[in-house]
Amino acid sequence: MWDKIKDFSSEFFVTGDPLILGAQVSIGLTLVAIVFTLTYFKKWRWLWTEWLTSVDHKKIGIMYIIASILMLFRGGVDALLMRVQLAAPELEFLHADHYNAIFTTHGVIMILFMAMPLMFGLFNIVVPLQIGARDVAFPFLNSLSFWMFFFGAMLFNVSFIIGGSPDAGWLAYPPLSELSGSPGVGQDFYIWGIQISGIGSLATGINFVVTILKMRAPGMKLMQMPMFSWSVLSSCVTIMFAFPILTVTLFLLFLDRYLGAHFFTLDGGGNPMMYINLIWMWGHPEVYIVILPAFGIFSEIVATFSKKKLFGYKSMVFALMSISFFSFFTWAHHFFTMGSGANVNAFFAITTMIIAIPTGVKVFNWLFTMYRGKLSFPTPMLWTIAFIPCFVVGGMTGVLLSVAPADFQFHNSYFLIAHFHQVLIGGVVFGYFAGLYYWWPKMFGFRLHEGLGKWAFWFWNIGFYVCFMPQYALGLMGMTRRFNEYDFDMGWQPLNVVSTVGAFLMGLAFIFQVWQIAHSIKFFKKETSGDAWDGRTLEWSIPSPAPMYNFARLPQVTSQDDWWEKKQRRLRGEAELPEVAAAEQAPLEPIHMPRNSGIPFIMSFSWFVAGFGFVWDWKWMIVVGLAGVIISMLARSFSYNTDYYIPVDEVERTEAAARGAH
Amino acid sequence: MMRRKIRTLATGLFLAMVLLISGCSSEQYIVLDPKGPIGESQKDLIIISTLLCAVIIVPVLILTAIIVWRYRDRPGRKAAYAPEWEHSTKLEVTWWAIPIVIIVTLAIITGIYTYKLEPSKPLASEKEPITIQVTSMDWKWLFKYPGENIATVNYVKFPEDTPIRFQLTSDTAMNSFWIPQLGGQLYSMSGMAMTLYLQADEQGSYYGSGANFNGMDFAQMTFDADAVSQEEYDAWVQEVKSSSPALTMEGYEALAKPGRSDVQLFSSFPEGLFEHIVTQYVEEGSSGAHSHHGAQAESDEEEADEEAHHDHSEASADTQATDASEANHDHAGHAGH
Repeated sequence: MWDKIKDFSSEFFVTGDPLILGAQVSIGLTLVAIVFTLTYFKKWRWLWTEWLTSVDHKKIGIMYIIASILMLFRGGVDALLMRVQLAAPELEFLHADHYNAIFTTHGVIMILFMAMPLMFGLFNIVVPLQIGARDVAFPFLNSLSFWMFFFGAMLFNVSFIIGGSPDAGWLAYPPLSELSGSPGVGQDFYIWGIQISGIGSLATGINFVVTILKMRAPGMKLMQMPMFSWSVLSSCVTIMFAFPILTVTLFLLFLDRYLGAHFFTLDGGGNPMMYINLIWMWGHPEVYIVILPAFGIFSEIVATFSKKKLFGYKSMVFALMSISFFSFFTWAHHFFTMGSGANVNAFFAITTMIIAIPTGVKVFNWLFTMYRGKLSFPTPMLWTIAFIPCFVVGGMTGVLLSVAPADFQFHNSYFLIAHFHQVLIGGVVFGYFAGLYYWWPKMFGFRLHEGLGKWAFWFWNIGFYVCFMPQYALGLMGMTRRFNEYDFDMGWQPLNVVSTVGAFLMGLAFIFQVWQIAHSIKFFKKETSGDAWDGRTLEWSIPSPAPMYNFARLPQVTSQDDWWEKKQRRLRGEAELPEVAAAEQAPLEPIHMPRNSGIPFIMSFSWFVAGFGFVWDWKWMIVVGLAGVIISMLARSFSYNTDYYIPVDEVERTEAAARGAH
Repeated sequence: MMRRKIRTLATGLFLAMVLLISGCSSEQYIVLDPKGPIGESQKDLIIISTLLCAVIIVPVLILTAIIVWRYRDRPGRKAAYAPEWEHSTKLEVTWWAIPIVIIVTLAIITGIYTYKLEPSKPLASEKEPITIQVTSMDWKWLFKYPGENIATVNYVKFPEDTPIRFQLTSDTAMNSFWIPQLGGQLYSMSGMAMTLYLQADEQGSYYGSGANFNGMDFAQMTFDADAVSQEEYDAWVQEVKSSSPALTMEGYEALAKPGRSDVQLFSSFPEGLFEHIVTQYVEEGSSGAHSHHGAQAESDEEEADEEAHHDHSEASADTQATDASEANHDHAGHAGH
């Protein structure tokens, strides 16, 4: 009996590595501390009713952001471990199997569990406020999306301490990811973690497309919509077409592993190359899914802090939409070296280059928004200014990579690594940080400490260049990605040391950001105006943080930058436009709102249970999990009490309190 | 002569740029220090495309700095402020046009080079190419010389100034065969034989690696590729033939087990071993190979057929390989139609 338990637990838990043991202990202690704190302060009920069951887009957004920052920490620690291992040739710090697991989880976590949720967090917080809506189109689905993401991410992360992490690379090319190459459960955690959270992402995509198309405030034409909302639309349309490919591809891989199918196996007529095509048909649009909203954020910030209208609005919209269209026709540039022949390579090289055109136009338009503007440089604008040169250079190296015959020399080398980190950090991360700093006062009703924010900004930027510029050079020295060790005589060490120093500078920058947030909470400085940056769009026209129903009266929109125009009319002492005045003076009406629900949490948790069962092939657990999913669906189908009205006097009280705070 | 000068100048400028960034000696930049015609052309292409991009990037960077500096908000500034200025057809047409012109130019150059540097295209040379069959395994490289009937592990040697036809396949997971100083990499994939022509213009020992992650000891798959004089090469072949053990089928199966390996030399190898590796996953009498897609699968079928019918059993492995690679090339040409 005892032996059986010992055998089981040595297979179930990851054992034998002091690093992982340390992590297991600290995770255990953290959990105990959380449970203790919640119990001691009697916060369990509060947690459940206010957060876990909330369908309020603002709270869901905040939960997304908290989760993504935790994941940034985990992915960042992975990165630092790798950089330590590479700092010296033939170092014995991480063994090959551990190193392979770490670069796999680093990639998956940073793209799917850090960038995506940070992006969804910003969508949730900003889009309804920006288009003058009271919530998203499907609030229940929105909550379900979040919890599917959350439990998917947890399922993926748990593999670190239970069963072992996946180690076949972040896109898990077969046959390495098949049973023949990865017999352990790590790869199953990979499939189910991504699968569950991927369904959440698809649902979010659909939700925001509908929200943007159907729920804009009266009078807001599509071509008057703020540029961030446009970027969300283009990103979500891309999600709708790309994510089903991911779901199907992973499902086929699951069939191979679980039922012995032969879609991507070496034998039985399987074709691993088909997987590589399919995964990049999702994977390439995916990088545009995360970069497009960053473009939207920069567009908002550049206009606000230049005190000037966004230059070339129509061009910007056209550029966004054409990028999301062309993103579906470039996937094969990830494997020019597969030898598909000159025709195929030439086609995909040229489609890839075409994307540089609208992207270049956007850069010009940002520059000419600043031209003849009046620039100020608080932290959101600093990130935007830092983004432009960084992304321009990263974009240029991308064009170099797209030159198919030259890519034969860049492919799989550190040149490629440097390129995609430059566009993903310099573009996506800088963009989301800019957005986070910009909308922070709107989310929480207080400002972040600017001084600490600037320290973080400089450490991030200097750290970035110190870390990744040497990697371009290492690529030209022939250093290949995913090497866990290298020979001394290649001469790669000096630049690797520099790169590692840069990575730690970015780690320091992250600590500054955490300090900044902690400091700002401690010395709470209430943001009373609701319009922290003298903004241009509707979200700045309401109090911070926004009341539960966002807008007491739905605004009547007459122009692009509607809030700015309104402020200009007030400044000039003009009378309000008649239709706007009519909307503002209309009597308050009861506000129709969705009710909170625990079903999304329970249903997603059931998916987690089922996924865990599939990973270990425990039939009883699969049955329990799937039963939970079906019962949740039925419970939702037969619940009729899903909405309510906020009475007028409550709205009046809330508005008076918010106005009193002015 | 003029072209040569321009090429040298451009290389110099480019290297100076890279060196400025890194402060290391230029010999370490092996991608930019090619020793063969393919690597040479790829380096030219890298330099042309970098310069072409720089034409647009450098002004944009300068413009960014100027605009940010000039239009910063400060008391008593003289720069104009036009808060409503949001559109100018002339300007917008200009910056749609600039990237279009650059990209069209680059696209044309890329197109030409893509056909010129197609990896399966034979190199122009008076000498007959030498065929080397390359197999990526878990986690070592097996090289077979069908003409000489010798084999090596994690080491490859060939004469200078002679085109080498590498035929690439994989025993298990995909890898990528890369000798940076000779030219770009190509995937080695199971169930198909890819053709990559390379040539060394001067003698030397060049770094080679497996560039695509294929599991546990992936980092151990580096090897030396030595280019030597024809005489030295012939002597080496004779020495391997006379002093090394033979690679038997059992020996091969032991080698195929996952694990790392030191350099090994073999005086012979089982006939048709490469074809065996390529077709090992095709089931006897099944139409498995027909379900493959893409250009290369077709040539595998031919090889599979050849195996099955033994019609060509008298033909040397070399001729067989030629058939395969030609078929490969033809189909590659059709793939995009």
